Amino acid sequence: MTTTPAPSAPGTPAPDAPVLEAVDVTKHFTVRSAVGTRSVVRAVEGATLSLPRGRVVALVGESGSGKTTLARLLAGFYAPTSGEIRLEGVPVRQRRGRVERGHHRDVQLVFQDPFGSLNPLHRVRHNIERPLRLHHGVRGKAELDRRVRELLERVALTPVEQFVDKFPHELSGGQRQRVVIARALAVEPKVLLGDEPISMLDVSIRLEMLNLLDRLRTEDGLALLYITHDIASARYLCDDIVVMYAGEMVEGGPKEHVIADPQHPYTRLLVESSPDPGRGARDREALFDADADSLGEPPSLIDPPAGCRFHPRCPFAMDVCRTQAPERINLGDGRWARCWLHQEGRAGELARPGAGVEPVAPGALAEPAAAPTATRTTQETQ
Amino acid sequence: MVTQIVRDADRTGTGRTGINLTGARSVSGDVLEVTGLGVEYVTDGDPVRACAEVTFTLRRGEILGVAGESGSGKSTLITALTRLQRPPAVTTAGSIVFHPRDGGPAVDLVAASPKELRALRWTSLSIVLQSAMDALNPVMRLGAQFADALRTHDRSLSRDAAWARAAELLATVGISGDRVRSYPHELSGGMRQRASIALALACRPELVVMDEPTTAVDVVMQRQILAQVLRLRRELGFAVVFVTHDLSLLLELADRIAIMYAGRVVELGTADEIYDDPRHPYTRGLRDSFPPLRAPLRRLTGIPGTPPDLRRPPSGCPFHPRCALRFEGCDTHLPELVDAGGHAVACRLYDAADGGMADVGLPARTADGTEGRAERRIEDGIERRAEHRTEGGAR
Ligand SMILES: Nc1ncnc2c1ncn2[C@@H]1O[C@H](COP(=O)(O)OP(=O)(O)OP(=O)(O)O)[C@@H](O)[C@H]1O
Ligand code: SF4
Ligand code: SF4
Ligand SMILES: [Mg+2]
Repeated sequence: MTTTPAPSAPGTPAPDAPVLEAVDVTKHFTVRSAVGTRSVVRAVEGATLSLPRGRVVALVGESGSGKTTLARLLAGFYAPTSGEIRLEGVPVRQRRGRVERGHHRDVQLVFQDPFGSLNPLHRVRHNIERPLRLHHGVRGKAELDRRVRELLERVALTPVEQFVDKFPHELSGGQRQRVVIARALAVEPKVLLGDEPISMLDVSIRLEMLNLLDRLRTEDGLALLYITHDIASARYLCDDIVVMYAGEMVEGGPKEHVIADPQHPYTRLLVESSPDPGRGARDREALFDADADSLGEPPSLIDPPAGCRFHPRCPFAMDVCRTQAPERINLGDGRWARCWLHQEGRAGELARPGAGVEPVAPGALAEPAAAPTATRTTQETQ
Repeated sequence: MVTQIVRDADRTGTGRTGINLTGARSVSGDVLEVTGLGVEYVTDGDPVRACAEVTFTLRRGEILGVAGESGSGKSTLITALTRLQRPPAVTTAGSIVFHPRDGGPAVDLVAASPKELRALRWTSLSIVLQSAMDALNPVMRLGAQFADALRTHDRSLSRDAAWARAAELLATVGISGDRVRSYPHELSGGMRQRASIALALACRPELVVMDEPTTAVDVVMQRQILAQVLRLRRELGFAVVFVTHDLSLLLELADRIAIMYAGRVVELGTADEIYDDPRHPYTRGLRDSFPPLRAPLRRLTGIPGTPPDLRRPPSGCPFHPRCALRFEGCDTHLPELVDAGGHAVACRLYDAADGGMADVGLPARTADGTEGRAERRIEDGIERRAEHRTEGGAR
């Protein structure tokens, strides 16, 4: 009743070395329009992220912000335009846009759509046996049987008999997504990347899925990336949050800090815009305040704004923001942000007491969210 | 197929079909009265009862949220209310009475002729859908679509005046007026959605129904759109029926909320009542399916099981296969929506006739907001039943 799903307190000693990392990764796509002109979509720019064992990192941002592209880079489905993906410290080699098969054994990607990702012509059993044969050479009916049963039990598809011989279309969305996760686990990965894994599920069964992912983290020590646009669910599941805007990472850190005390104007906008069931109708007028009008929309990634990509929408934009991209600034406690306010000594203006950002509830954080002091560093790559 | 459903014995008092669920307000304060509405999809197999015995009243200028999971009948209700439903959907029962603002005679939309309905569309009643592409004509410039709607309302309006008015209307939702010459595909998804809201409001309707109007846009845009809807409501005074699966959004936005399950309204109350004091076990489960953004975290469980197939709805209370509090008779007796001081619930735990705890009648909160004594009895009752069930090993 009172246990939080993510009991790790921020400020605990640095977790072990990351299992999977993106180091200053950029991905550009060349697209050709109907009339033959070529343009470059700058989908991900200079992204740095690390996924430690037994931790959940949430990647949040609006649609089109580059979340899925980053997940596909991490999973080895795309080769980075520049920068490096490292698995246990070793750079992942790409040959003609493909990674070695070993990478897919260690890193599994679960997609949003549980309909598209299972083979509809095969029963649940076959869908799960395939990776067992392929990646682990499991042969023999009895052994396959035992492993399939074990996997279905782990994702709580029980009694197993009731599910193992069904076709995907005979299952509900939530059941199907659990089969997808069981199949990913069959590979015995070290990292699970979930790209909006619950957003297509019915509201009442989303929690089961989040609790399942939480178990995989705590019991199996998997490193997890949870991609979502839903900050409240990110807070429920994750330890750390990384915020993406228009292809760039703009802020990151322990979840309670990032949500309660955002250090980037975009994060603040995102948190304030998110529904909070605990907020209540009483605050409605303040919530849907006039200044929610005309905040603009995310930019095109073909021709993103110069300098800080958020500047056309930012209420704090300064001259420097329009020409120079801000660097990543470490703020202590594992937090960082990419915003000129921190170098210009204006970070205090981000605090907005009473505008929905309340102090963190006691117990959720060990210490009060002390005003972070900006320490200037060069682009850092952990 | 369906085991015998025993209808509840007649009761005196509130909650019978046709009783105004908003309490003692005069009819002139209401814009819509929906009574006993039933909608079925009639296909080759068993009919799908997508809405059953839906009863509620919409007050002038209020926002009524309708929340429920996929397949609970929300969209079916919306198309029925606006009479935009198409076969195989059939309205099988009930009435939808619309009370015009000017004090004109009330109209039952279910019985109204196509001509009468056309006269009401845009000017009295309009609709916003999840995908603006469904509402906007892709081959017409925005201005022309607005002009069409405006001129059905006011035939004396010149073309130029209509286009000028269109530009003004777009400006009210934060779209620059020169966009009147754009085609819908030239706008972003968020802009299209705002344009379709401006179009729905063009002729100053009294009632706007919205089906997942912001589900396809990002949260920042969602907040902007809703801010604009609230601002315009303040200025124009229209009422809204707002349908979404996102209860957390409704808790912030709506005045009152109806919770739908398996085509039925299972609870109806103010947003605060639904959040602070949900009565139906499904409502509690649904509320606890949305983790908070700021309040302390605790482990949440959602609701076990899956929503029912409306082709073969469960007998008795449609929630019983998933209900942790079900008891003797829940699988055969269908609870009706019973009103108590404006907060209505369809659950046998609250029903004396079914052996529930409400032998004193459902108490309203006392005027000063403190809990009534009887209410606490019901809370105790729920807890006792829960204990009883576990002790008795009833599963
Ligand atoms: N054209 C149709 N023919 C047959 N059945 C239909 C049709 N449209 C909807 N239904 C059924 O009616 C029931 C209610 O559907 P409805 O679309 O109203 O639900 P909803 O609450 O709007 O769901 P969602 O959240 O997915 O939009 C479902 O069982 C659905 O399968
Ligand atoms: S760098 Fe400038 S424009 Fe960008 S978020 Fe910070 S203040 Fe705003
Ligand atoms: S009527 Fe029975 S089964 Fe239905 S919600 Fe109430 S207690 Fe649960
Ligand atoms: Mg719908």
